Amino acid sequence: VPPYAGPPTAARTGEVAGTLRLLAYLALSVVLIVLDHRGGWLSQARKQVAVMVQPLWMLAGLPGRIAERISDDAGTLGQLTVENRRLREELLLNQARMARLQTLAADNARLRGLLDAAGRGNLDVMLAPVLDIDLDPTRQRLVLDAGSRDRVQVGQSVIDAGGLLGQIIGITPMHASVLLITDPSHAVPVAIARNGVRLVAYGEGRSDVLRLSSVPLSSDVKVGDVLVTSGLGGRFPAGFPVGTITRLHPDDSRAFLEGDVKPAAQFDRGREVLVLLTAPAPMEVAQFDSRQPADEAAGATATAPVDAAAAGTGATPVSPATSPAAAPGKPSPPKPAAPAPAGVPKAPVRNAPPATQPPATTNTQPAQPTTPPPNDEARR
Amino acid sequence: MSRSNAYWALPVSLLAALVLGLLPLPVMLQPLRPYWLALVLAYWLIEDPDRVGLGVAFIVGLLADLTFGTLFGEQALRLVVMAFILQRFRARLRFFPMSQQALAIGGLLLNDRIVSWVIHFVLGEPSPPHAFWLAPLLGMLLWPLVFVAMDAMRLGQWKRR
Repeated sequence: VPPYAGPPTAARTGEVAGTLRLLAYLALSVVLIVLDHRGGWLSQARKQVAVMVQPLWMLAGLPGRIAERISDDAGTLGQLTVENRRLREELLLNQARMARLQTLAADNARLRGLLDAAGRGNLDVMLAPVLDIDLDPTRQRLVLDAGSRDRVQVGQSVIDAGGLLGQIIGITPMHASVLLITDPSHAVPVAIARNGVRLVAYGEGRSDVLRLSSVPLSSDVKVGDVLVTSGLGGRFPAGFPVGTITRLHPDDSRAFLEGDVKPAAQFDRGREVLVLLTAPAPMEVAQFDSRQPADEAAGATATAPVDAAAAGTGATPVSPATSPAAAPGKPSPPKPAAPAPAGVPKAPVRNAPPATQPPATTNTQPAQPTTPPPNDEARR
Repeated sequence: MSRSNAYWALPVSLLAALVLGLLPLPVMLQPLRPYWLALVLAYWLIEDPDRVGLGVAFIVGLLADLTFGTLFGEQALRLVVMAFILQRFRARLRFFPMSQQALAIGGLLLNDRIVSWVIHFVLGEPSPPHAFWLAPLLGMLLWPLVFVAMDAMRLGQWKRR
């Protein structure tokens, strides 16, 4: 201690006291250190006291934890936001792709079916979009977005992937109307693919069923038989599927069978159809096809022969196909009652056209009473 | 001293020093951690010797031992040694310029490291890493900051500003 620090005595007493206190504290701490080092009771007590210090540790850890959590949260939030946005974009994109793929797949399947139908017969066909569909009990028509400019002619057959749909009955340069085989005024000559038995399938006005009527009991017809166009009458090419027999039951006379046919074509589906361009000559059509409602001449001249007895019993297998006996232009009396007897109501209005002329064995069709479709009636 | 008008400053500052000593640091920086408690205690020993003496140093050291998990009494011994030296040289230290004061504090902290090392050596404990000897340098550099901050807290200069 330098002499100028103060009076020596005062300093000395302070120094001595301080040094003594220092020594006391030092001794105490050394004792504590040694005791703690030996791991005796002191370390046990210390463990107890350490519990009280826990809050300090938590306090010290707090900033670190908070910072960590904040950085974690910030990082996570940013990541999640980015990821969320990316995923949402991907989702939209994928949904759009998915929708496109689905339509593409459907289109593909449909076009494949059509191609297949065309390829089977190696036919000259044209794909025609459907413009308008008119399906009700009295009218089963389609309007196609193809007309005479596209080589479409009256009388050509129309098919889809499943089978026969109908025939062209009217054309304009841009459009064509199709009479479906399910139209109540339509009949199509068919043959059973299995054995060639010839029948006529009539439209019922429902897109899911055709009717076979006056099938001889002796003929070899079974439920499940596949019907194809027979080609008789020259209107439809032979060999196109028409439908499958789903039900057979005796008619009212018990002398013949009636049958329900499930059409092979899909009348209530699809946006495109195939028109078979190899059609019968227009001349013939004009001459014989009286089924066209648009054909005024046919409508005027041809009236279905009415054999009331035959109609009532349904047992008139052999009537002349072209009997002009009935008064022309006179709507048949049994029209309202027609549905009950042997499937007559949907018979063509006028005498049977070549296309619907069934083979002789099953030739019941021309004998049916007329039930002109409403449109025809109106026209007259 | 008469200047000290904030009685809460002493416990709060000591508590803050304890917490700072506990603050988790990366393993690399762990040995470089300045001895905050010594710095704060040094400030009080210099500025308020009436209230803070060897006894306070001893008790604070025991508390630090409890919180830091060091040997019970080790930090008490180190702080008491430091407090004694500071008391001896307080009269001169007070009027040192800040740089010299910091240098003196650095010396004290180095001495503290030596004491600590001796204790570890005598008891056969593993000696601390080399970076352990750099901590006093850091403490010395921090001293002016600590001094100013403590003055501000004790004299309430935040409020006046």
